[in-house]
Amino acid sequence: MGNIKRTVGHVIANLASLFISLIVLIPLVVLVINSFKTSAEANQMNLSLPKEWVFENYAIVIEQGKLVSAFFNGLLYATCSVVIIVAVVSAAAFVISRNQKGINRFLYYFIISGIAMPINNVALMKVMQALHLNNTRYGIILLYAAINIPLSLFLAYGFIDTIPREIDEAAVIDGCTPVQLFIKVIAPLLKPIVSTLFVLDFMAVWNDFTMPLYYLNNSSKWPMTLAVYNFFGAFQNSWNLVAADIVLTLIPVLVIFILGQKYIVGGVSAGAVKG
Amino acid sequence: MNRKKLYPWYFASGAAILFFLLCFLPGVLGIAYSFTDWNNFTTEINFVGLHNYKRIFEGNSEYLLYIFNTVLFTAVTTIAKTIVGLALALLLTRQFIKFKNFQRMIIFSPQVMSFLVVGLVFKSMLHPTTGFLNNFLKDIGLDFLAKSWLTDLKIVFPTVMTVDTWKGMGYIMMVVIAGLMSISPEYYEAASIDGATFFQQLRNITIPLLKPVLVNATVLNVTYGLRVFDMIYSLTNGGPGNATGVINTAVYKEFSRGDLAMGTTLSSVLFFFVLALLYFIIRAMESKEVE
Repeated sequence: MGNIKRTVGHVIANLASLFISLIVLIPLVVLVINSFKTSAEANQMNLSLPKEWVFENYAIVIEQGKLVSAFFNGLLYATCSVVIIVAVVSAAAFVISRNQKGINRFLYYFIISGIAMPINNVALMKVMQALHLNNTRYGIILLYAAINIPLSLFLAYGFIDTIPREIDEAAVIDGCTPVQLFIKVIAPLLKPIVSTLFVLDFMAVWNDFTMPLYYLNNSSKWPMTLAVYNFFGAFQNSWNLVAADIVLTLIPVLVIFILGQKYIVGGVSAGAVKG
Repeated sequence: MNRKKLYPWYFASGAAILFFLLCFLPGVLGIAYSFTDWNNFTTEINFVGLHNYKRIFEGNSEYLLYIFNTVLFTAVTTIAKTIVGLALALLLTRQFIKFKNFQRMIIFSPQVMSFLVVGLVFKSMLHPTTGFLNNFLKDIGLDFLAKSWLTDLKIVFPTVMTVDTWKGMGYIMMVVIAGLMSISPEYYEAASIDGATFFQQLRNITIPLLKPVLVNATVLNVTYGLRVFDMIYSLTNGGPGNATGVINTAVYKEFSRGDLAMGTTLSSVLFFFVLALLYFIIRAMESKEVE
């Protein structure tokens, strides 16, 4: 009797988890299927396969949605800002973690408070204008670097704590200057955390929508998110095209997700991924 | 060895300057501007004292609704994500569940998608006449459940919060799973020898040992919820009417309307609110037991 009861319990538990997985999966499947339908057929969104597969939807979307330039804009913003983040954050985390006194301690808490503090986008506009960063590519890159510094510093700080201090001492006895110590000795040891930062920050920038909405009013500078939002507004009645557009936006992050799973889940388990 | 010499402070200057200029300075400047009548229509900026704050807090302004909505959104989504995430983590760490890792990845995957895209996906799924959900309900004969999910005043906010939970639950699940892995199985063995039921084990072993993880996740959920923008902007843009407006959608509305003073005042209210919680937020972040 006990055995049967347990088996039934196991079946129910399996069904429950399967059900939730389906709730997550179905919207994405519906989206992919509908992206291959004709406009009329996609108007009644359902799970049945397309009567005829319309691959042209993707060609139309890429052309009409300005997706090629948006893709490269996004790639440029994400890559450049991540490089800046990794460079400034690893250097900062190194000295702050090694010498936790006085000004360094203050700097650490000052910067990581940014994980929680909201950005005042209206006043930021004023600052961006004063620094001649508004509506420019390098402006948005610096802005992305700045807003992702707090969380990155928090993660890197925790990592550097695990590198033994004896390494520094040995390097100094061998005659290293601080700069040499950091570049030649410490930096190569940071590979795991740099990979984590790279993946997490790349996705954060790639997925962001707010900053270009406020600070880029020229559509030739828009990244994917803003291009897809704009496309959605213009083609709201052609669900097949909208679906194709969304699928194309999702592909890059899903590829990174699959390739960088280890780092993403690792970063998450460190207990600190934003929202 | 001289620490100051070996670890020169200027290594930290790049991060500090960028953060100071583009995150901290706007916050402080924004508070200063919240006492003015700054707008897009004249170049003149006059000091008006607490006038903007009075507009928010006096009488029955729409701004109070935005603040209320923000707090409600934060509370409900944080609780929902934590409960669902915890339940999923407990479920997907059981031996007898098939394809555990695959299911974990599926449920986590919305986490890597942009809020905007998730919003647009659901905007199309939930469309009253062409959307997938209502069509599906009709196909299986549950017509009466088909609703105008994103335009009916009564259900729009719950819908938005459900979509947000859909996206965020996988994150809590992953964090809790990492926490569960670090609990020694010996506790459970001892408890089952003593005849403890599943729920007794949950209450007396699992939850207490997961506390640091849960506190940590709650903090991140709360700071996210208070600052929510993309999700609501793309799903409803604060509508219908003001039904789903939150602080940050209102800031953008004022910003595009040209009432910059009101935008920065609303932003500052949020700033003070988070500042009041900051001590607890940082303390909770520092006590991370899961590595």
